[in-house]
Amino acid sequence: MDIKQNFFEFYGLPEVFDIDLGLLSQRHLELQKKLHPDRFAHLSDQERRLSAQYTAYLNEGYATLRASLLRAQYLLKLQGIDTHNESSAPMDPVFLMQQMELRERLEDAPQHADPESELAALDKDVEQMMAPLQAEFCSQITIPAEASLHAAAAAVRKMQFLDKLRREIERLEDDLY
Amino acid sequence: MALLQIAEPGQSPDPHKRKLAVGIDLGTTNSLVATVRSGESVTLPDEQGRHTLPSVVRYLAEGGPVVGYDAHAQTVADPFNTIQSVKRLMGRGVTDIKKLGDELPYRFERLDEGMPYLSTAAGVKSPVEISADILRTLQRRAEDSLGGELTGAVITVPAYFDDAQRQATKDAATLAGLKVLRLLSEPTAAAVAYGLDEAAEGVIAVYDLGGGTFDISILRLSKGVFEVMATGGDSALGGDDLDLALANWLVGQLGVARGLGSADARYLTEQARSIKERLTDEPVVEALLAVAGVEKHVCIDRDQFGELIHDLVARTIRACRRALKDAGVSVAQVQDIVMVGGSTRVPQVREAVQQFFGKALRTDIDPDRVVALGAALQADVLAGNKPDSDMLLLDVIPLSLGLEIMGGLVEKLVPRNTAIPVAKAQEFTTYQDGQTAMAIHVLQGERELVDDCRSLARFELRGIPAMAAGAAKIRVTFQVDADGLLNVEAKELSSGVESRIQVKPSYGLSDVEIERMLKESYSFAQDDLVLRNLREQQVDADRLLHSLEQALIEDGPALLTQAEREVLQAAMMQLQEVRAGSDHRAIESGVKALAVASDEFASRRMDASIQRALQGHNIDEIEESR
Repeated sequence: MDIKQNFFEFYGLPEVFDIDLGLLSQRHLELQKKLHPDRFAHLSDQERRLSAQYTAYLNEGYATLRASLLRAQYLLKLQGIDTHNESSAPMDPVFLMQQMELRERLEDAPQHADPESELAALDKDVEQMMAPLQAEFCSQITIPAEASLHAAAAAVRKMQFLDKLRREIERLEDDLY
Repeated sequence: MALLQIAEPGQSPDPHKRKLAVGIDLGTTNSLVATVRSGESVTLPDEQGRHTLPSVVRYLAEGGPVVGYDAHAQTVADPFNTIQSVKRLMGRGVTDIKKLGDELPYRFERLDEGMPYLSTAAGVKSPVEISADILRTLQRRAEDSLGGELTGAVITVPAYFDDAQRQATKDAATLAGLKVLRLLSEPTAAAVAYGLDEAAEGVIAVYDLGGGTFDISILRLSKGVFEVMATGGDSALGGDDLDLALANWLVGQLGVARGLGSADARYLTEQARSIKERLTDEPVVEALLAVAGVEKHVCIDRDQFGELIHDLVARTIRACRRALKDAGVSVAQVQDIVMVGGSTRVPQVREAVQQFFGKALRTDIDPDRVVALGAALQADVLAGNKPDSDMLLLDVIPLSLGLEIMGGLVEKLVPRNTAIPVAKAQEFTTYQDGQTAMAIHVLQGERELVDDCRSLARFELRGIPAMAAGAAKIRVTFQVDADGLLNVEAKELSSGVESRIQVKPSYGLSDVEIERMLKESYSFAQDDLVLRNLREQQVDADRLLHSLEQALIEDGPALLTQAEREVLQAAMMQLQEVRAGSDHRAIESGVKALAVASDEFASRRMDASIQRALQGHNIDEIEESR
């Protein structure tokens, strides 16, 4: 398999944060209809294997571009910054304090009188904190300057913190079920 | 078994002939086989006109297994040799079986081997072999009724089946000599049957409560594409559990002591099932029960039964809530709720589901047959009978896949509800200085601790060059195919030491065992096996040759140079020559050689097809948005 294109190119979309999600999903289905292994079920093993590889790439691309955090991380990666795998980066102390408070709330949630609604409320608060970070990222990444790129990366690192928190909220919710 | 057909040498069978393909619902309680006839999906009846086949197999000391109604009639009289609900044992380990405990009145053997084997009058049987016997019966029924050998089958599995359970199902098909076109999730099959004709758009929920499994799937429909957004459920919760709850209550009412014999236990669950079914139409049911010397009239009304099953039903509703959350849709966004599985006839189940979704339920297609009907529609498309069909089913994995890391924790590589096929890689490192081997333990499940997840396989990567702890880089790649089956590969990056395995569940059958069972199987005498191997290789060769011929006509001139075309055509001629012979190994290597020779062409075709899919609009739109 020889896939040289990045996910944006693969889907024929501009390399920006604010992509048209409807168009992405439409393109995804069009490509799936061409490439999915089921289209090759009655054909040779070779074609099926190849189609499975393409579809796996397609699915990864779709998952990456569809989710805002993954899309932001990917855009940075294309610029040579890997915020996902870096071990540690200096963080804004005010933001860290806020994170500690949120984590305390998370830890106390199971003992809450109504843990389910408490977790839902916490999740909503975290979600609301995401929005301004996305806006910040979106405006910084479009400016072709070193400082802006670093500001964009800083926003993504904060988003990563919040995302991790949301996944822990989800895990606690699963435990309640 | 139908005789295998072989075309005259040099003459390939007519490629335009309609292929015989079926959909099989291999259920806990009942199984069905369906096919598309004159454009319509129909289930196929047996000689007596009965469509369902009870998933019950009875083994006798002499003669082959008895499958279906005749076996079912003997469940009480001959409990140890008459196996029912074998689906509950598929892909299960001994510990799972022990958890089920007294519910399974069988004699288990070789419990130390990890996989449960059942002792019967016809010898020791694995759940895979028992399922294969059910599949063979359905295959024979289809071949008799359609008058020819089957090209392949779509076999349905609960959406919530894990890798081990899917692999066991596929192994059973291999053992029965069936070519699996696809393992398809039952809720998806049901959605297809509801047609939810190609014009339908929007989000639907499929609630599937079968005999032994529960699934909830949230799907988005768009122009013939059925995209599973999220799935959830419980692969050990079904109608059987409703029966059991009622049977336990009956034991209390009768005042008989615990520890009833197998026959009595069977009798009570059968009675419970019949009372449950009668309660669907009657508000109160009275029954005369006779067990362990006690004879008594028992009376139960719907409300009492509702209380007995309340917790079980509540569990399914919780799973619905979680699936909606995973899919990221609200209850209000769900347009249709499709009800599947015999247990959805229970009024309390319907009420609870209707109340949760706040909408009328779709029950117009027989909930027992809807899965097989949908599977047949998919089989028809996959066999190549409907080249113009737009229908495409996009599935997800139901449970996260991961690896054991230090501290008995699980690192997830592929989260649940990821669209398949998928490939994910992650790098790991060594824990100790000079470590030269690494144990790879593959797990499936949502919990953080290894002990709470399902262990799928263990293997070792050896020959890692000795380095300081944390210096080696080992890349582990998970690949899940369209059937939801996993392949794992581990590679040490600096030295290139590689180790790859097809994940065979820790308590699954090995390929060697399957081969042995195939050979031992009563329907495969040695000659048959040779003939079948030859036939399979010939079909493979024909398939490759035919698709290459088509491809050359369509894209040859555009994508290949004259010289490349000639090389390819020469390779095709070569395969045609060996194919005319009777050496299946030669054909097999011929197929492999041609596949390698045409790899580049296939690759270019895929790329061209991506370009075509995006052509016409992308350039302009990119320009506009800049």
